[in-house]
Amino acid sequence: MKVRLARIAHARSGDKADRADIGLFARDAAGYAVLEREVTAQRVAAHFAWIAHGPVERYPLPNLLALKLVLNGALQGGAARSLRSDNLGKTIAGALLRMEVELTEAEAERLL
Amino acid sequence: MKTVRIGAGLGFYGDSWLPIRASLEHGEVQYIGSDHLAELTLAILRKDQSRDPAAGFTRDVVPMLTALWPLAQPRGTRFVLNAGGLNPLGARDALVAAFRARGWRARIAVVTGDALLDRVDELREAGEALAHLDTGAAIAEVRDQLVFANAYLGAKPITEALAAGADIVLTGRVADAALFLGPLVHELGWAWDDWDRLAGGLAVGHLLECSGQGSGGNFGSAGAWATVPDLGHIGYPIAEVSADGTAVITKAPGTGGRVDFDTVRQQLLYEVHDPHRYFSPDVVLDMGTLRLEDLGGDRVRVSGATGQPRPDTLKVVAGYEDGWMGSTVVGFCWPDAWAKAEAAVALVKQSLAEAGAAVDEFLVEHLGLDAFLGPHADLSGRGTLNEVWIRVAIRTRDKAVADSLGRHFPWLALSGPPYMGGFHGITPGSRLLGLWPTRVAREQVERRVQVSVQDTLP
Repeated sequence: MKVRLARIAHARSGDKADRADIGLFARDAAGYAVLEREVTAQRVAAHFAWIAHGPVERYPLPNLLALKLVLNGALQGGAARSLRSDNLGKTIAGALLRMEVELTEAEAERLL
Repeated sequence: MKTVRIGAGLGFYGDSWLPIRASLEHGEVQYIGSDHLAELTLAILRKDQSRDPAAGFTRDVVPMLTALWPLAQPRGTRFVLNAGGLNPLGARDALVAAFRARGWRARIAVVTGDALLDRVDELREAGEALAHLDTGAAIAEVRDQLVFANAYLGAKPITEALAAGADIVLTGRVADAALFLGPLVHELGWAWDDWDRLAGGLAVGHLLECSGQGSGGNFGSAGAWATVPDLGHIGYPIAEVSADGTAVITKAPGTGGRVDFDTVRQQLLYEVHDPHRYFSPDVVLDMGTLRLEDLGGDRVRVSGATGQPRPDTLKVVAGYEDGWMGSTVVGFCWPDAWAKAEAAVALVKQSLAEAGAAVDEFLVEHLGLDAFLGPHADLSGRGTLNEVWIRVAIRTRDKAVADSLGRHFPWLALSGPPYMGGFHGITPGSRLLGLWPTRVAREQVERRVQVSVQDTLP
């Protein structure tokens, strides 16, 4: 079944120059396995194609049950030259939590 | 084993200092590290300074320290703040005057030497390319538009200031975490090549540099954020750091917020690029070896930090003028609110074009609908919305065009689609600044770094 990431994970985002970055966190090891499998750099790049003009980097951190995602070229050159209401990229984590991922029945049973 | 307790101060210029009172009164903190400078704060300070040469520091430092000093002084708590911004000596003078006026005795140290704007040409002649860190572009492209350029200094000058007996250390641009690493090195006596312990201190500094974000504030989640208790009285994070480089993150008893595995790991990865190489001027931290252990009772143990030697270069953040933004907000009421807003956008666009306005980018956000989620917003009910608010923002090279954007809206009230409201006047265009991250050889900066100490009373 498909669920939004918001059901199984939490996230915070921020800015560094023209780069937005997101920490995405699973609740447990089973949730982390889903994030690692489903939330690929390629899928994140497609999800943020409307703002991120550079490559997406992904760093798995099993010790924190987390993925670090970095969106290059995502802030119109940086917070002080962005036209957007969210010039600091604080809401980008919310946009990531809208992404839908596929769960097996066993995973859904366990995680939802 | 020796330990030291250090508490978080502000997380940005404009943040609240009220929670620091609880850390002082009930948190047994020996130090407060306070971060007043985001990447673009220096641009704001530059504007202040261009109007008044005595300005250029974050003005919150005087009311903050005059409010907190009566709590800190009897307990011997010391402050390290980057509130000096572009004018640390100016911050010191303002603070000395405020303390003298109250008859308060304190020793104030100032760290200078991070400002590089006046040295850009000298540095280029010395062989520093100052190329853009991400794009590799040459700084010549923006040389004449630069408004500030500051190196991120490390913790060393802060330790020198503390060794000189400073009660309050004012810096300009230093690495945020250095505000905390400085006191830790001073107290715990770590060697400057003790990479793992320094890395542990860097992790602590990173967890404390964003005030309430380290203790349950801005807890990005669906639903769980609402379970964080009493945000109105949040306790800023406090670290109890041991000489071996491990730490316990906590907060003052009786305060709101939450320190647990979830809130601490959210802050740990915040505004980090490669977590295996988290750079600072003093050490490079690998977060991949960190262990976070939830001890319960708002206590999280942090251990296992590993560090690599510090880089030979220092990061520099520069800002350059890069055009203007004009923006205007109006709203439309049901019926047909969405269709009318779209029609108004088209009319404004046409009006700008017919006026010959040179617009490089035209952005429309439907506030309350898609400003944050973009194409992921659910707009399926847009035909029957109660109201639709639009924010139009333009990018232009011409200040007059940015200033004029608002003039393309009022005529719509009588001659455009019906039921428009919420137009609150024409606001002048605002300056856009590009950021220019780059690197400079460490010794080019460090040979000019100075620590000066002054007592508020003779």
